[in-house]
Amino acid sequence: MDVRAEVVDILAGFSLFADLTTPELENLVDTFDEQVFSEGERVVRQGLSSASFYVILDGAATIRVDGKDRATLRPGDFFGEISCLLGEAPVADIVAQKQLRCLVLPGESLERFLVGHPRVLFRLLQGEARKVRTTTRWLT
Amino acid sequence: MADLTDKPFPPGRYPLVVVGSGPGAMQLTYCLGRLGLDHAVLSADDAPGGMFRRWPIFQRMLSWTKPFANHEKATRAYERFDWNSLLSDDEQLRAIMPTVMDGTSYFPSRPEMEKGLATFAQRAGLRIRHGVRWESTRADGKDFVLTTSDGEYIAPAVVFAVGVAQPWRPNVLALEGVQQYGELRPAETYADRRIFIVGKQNSGFEIATGLLPWARQIVLASPSPTRLSVDTRSLVGVRARYVQPYEDWALAGGVVILDASIESVEKTGATYRVHTKSPTDSSTLVFEVDDVIAATGFVAPLRDLPQHGVSVFGQSRLPAQTPYWESATLPGVYFAGTLMQASLGLKRHGIPSNSGAVQGYRYNARVLARHLAESRFGVTLERPAVNAGDVVSLLLDEVTRGPEVWHQRSYLARVVKVGGDGMVDAGIEPLAHFVDDDSGPDAAAITLESNGRDDPYPAVYVRSKGSVKEYLLPPHPLLDFTGDQYRKELSDRLQPLLGSALTRSAS
Repeated sequence: MDVRAEVVDILAGFSLFADLTTPELENLVDTFDEQVFSEGERVVRQGLSSASFYVILDGAATIRVDGKDRATLRPGDFFGEISCLLGEAPVADIVAQKQLRCLVLPGESLERFLVGHPRVLFRLLQGEARKVRTTTRWLT
Repeated sequence: MADLTDKPFPPGRYPLVVVGSGPGAMQLTYCLGRLGLDHAVLSADDAPGGMFRRWPIFQRMLSWTKPFANHEKATRAYERFDWNSLLSDDEQLRAIMPTVMDGTSYFPSRPEMEKGLATFAQRAGLRIRHGVRWESTRADGKDFVLTTSDGEYIAPAVVFAVGVAQPWRPNVLALEGVQQYGELRPAETYADRRIFIVGKQNSGFEIATGLLPWARQIVLASPSPTRLSVDTRSLVGVRARYVQPYEDWALAGGVVILDASIESVEKTGATYRVHTKSPTDSSTLVFEVDDVIAATGFVAPLRDLPQHGVSVFGQSRLPAQTPYWESATLPGVYFAGTLMQASLGLKRHGIPSNSGAVQGYRYNARVLARHLAESRFGVTLERPAVNAGDVVSLLLDEVTRGPEVWHQRSYLARVVKVGGDGMVDAGIEPLAHFVDDDSGPDAAAITLESNGRDDPYPAVYVRSKGSVKEYLLPPHPLLDFTGDQYRKELSDRLQPLLGSALTRSAS
């Protein structure tokens, strides 16, 4: 089975990568690593440095802050970008709710990837805007 | 033909079965044996050595063994410089590789590697049932039943050390005449030919390096840009041994290195036409070539294990694992050898462990054997007490000279724990286990970390009341972390853990 082709098909359905051509998606699959996490496994650890950027292919994950579950992430969602962009340790654990399959890009490679793919950068900014909006609603 | 009864481990029930006879299985069975753990070892091969009985195809290793170093060969510290010897606590079995190399290269030839492994197996008296093929698997209550060419083996736990050496190619290359790693003709038969290699990892560059003296033209293509290990400062990327085609391309010597996806391949009589497309501007190119070689990776030959619940991932179909190399989805199934690379650990800064190579998985094997002893055989292993005042020296010595943390950076760690009346030396543990073990006792772990940019530096993790804090110490130009600056900083970080005993010793 050509896993790479299967992942390209999955990515083509995600809004983050909606503007990419098939060769660009193939390049992305070559650039990112694939990782799976079992139920209950920590993907990102609050307070430990060196984050990566994750895009969920399959499964679900919990955002856990100081031991409290805050939200759920699903296929097409991404996480880890804040610590990558700021160079700071994550402020939350991300924990696999059930088996979780992700594409992963090391934090050190995120800037080059985003600058090289401005449409992905724009879509990511839209995602960040939604997060800020949600957080603002929480606060108010 | 030898009678089956001459062979060790006849079909039947065992507490543990190991499948494989490459260096991963050899290291594990040696370590299990030293712990006195009863187990059987089965292998389809006729002799120990695994893939090194055939590969690398151009007959020289990618991993070095330095015949001269600043440490005696029988010491642990020398293991940093010898990536290929298996481990032992018996001096006669240590550092075997430099004794079988002819001195012409510090990369052993494939026959030298095979000889080194055979020497270890012979001196250690490893018992392996060769010539028996694992054919299928089934679960039977709490046991696994392995059907083999010699009969059925029943065990509650099985370790598969079957390598990741089955070449794989995508559908676009599923065409008659397209060659794969391991199927190449003798190099001289590529004389004056145009060769298109799909894939820009080490296997693609190894083939290109081997064919450079013969080919009229070599094209290497894949969607992503080539990375070099000397740039990533890790084993990520093409190793320096295979960088000559890259220089040839950089100097416009005739090699073409192309970032492109393969759109289609057609056979046109005796030649092939390869259509490529750029991932950046979608521009296309067409190449007329004499040979197409797929260097598109390898898959793990796991047979029917995925059908029984072993979750796999990635193009190599690697089995997802816990930090102790047990299937994440099928308890009782473990992995050794290069399959251990799928237990990813923290993968800090995106740098993988060296668990895919001998110099990494030989240490994992020792940790796994101890873990199996305690989790599967009910053995309580001794963990020696260590004076609180000696902890700082112990950890700094380990991060300066300990081969485990040098070869398995941010993956394996040396651990001390609060236990009994004071501190105990818990030995080597997977770092991912340490940082996620919320219920573990107060403890400290030290490892060496690389970030892909700077010199390696010590990373310290301190667990207190279930919460782990990380402290990164500065790098040292001579990689010596035993000086006063390090002693003071580590003492400060460990103060809450070691308490008054440390205060007394430091004063």
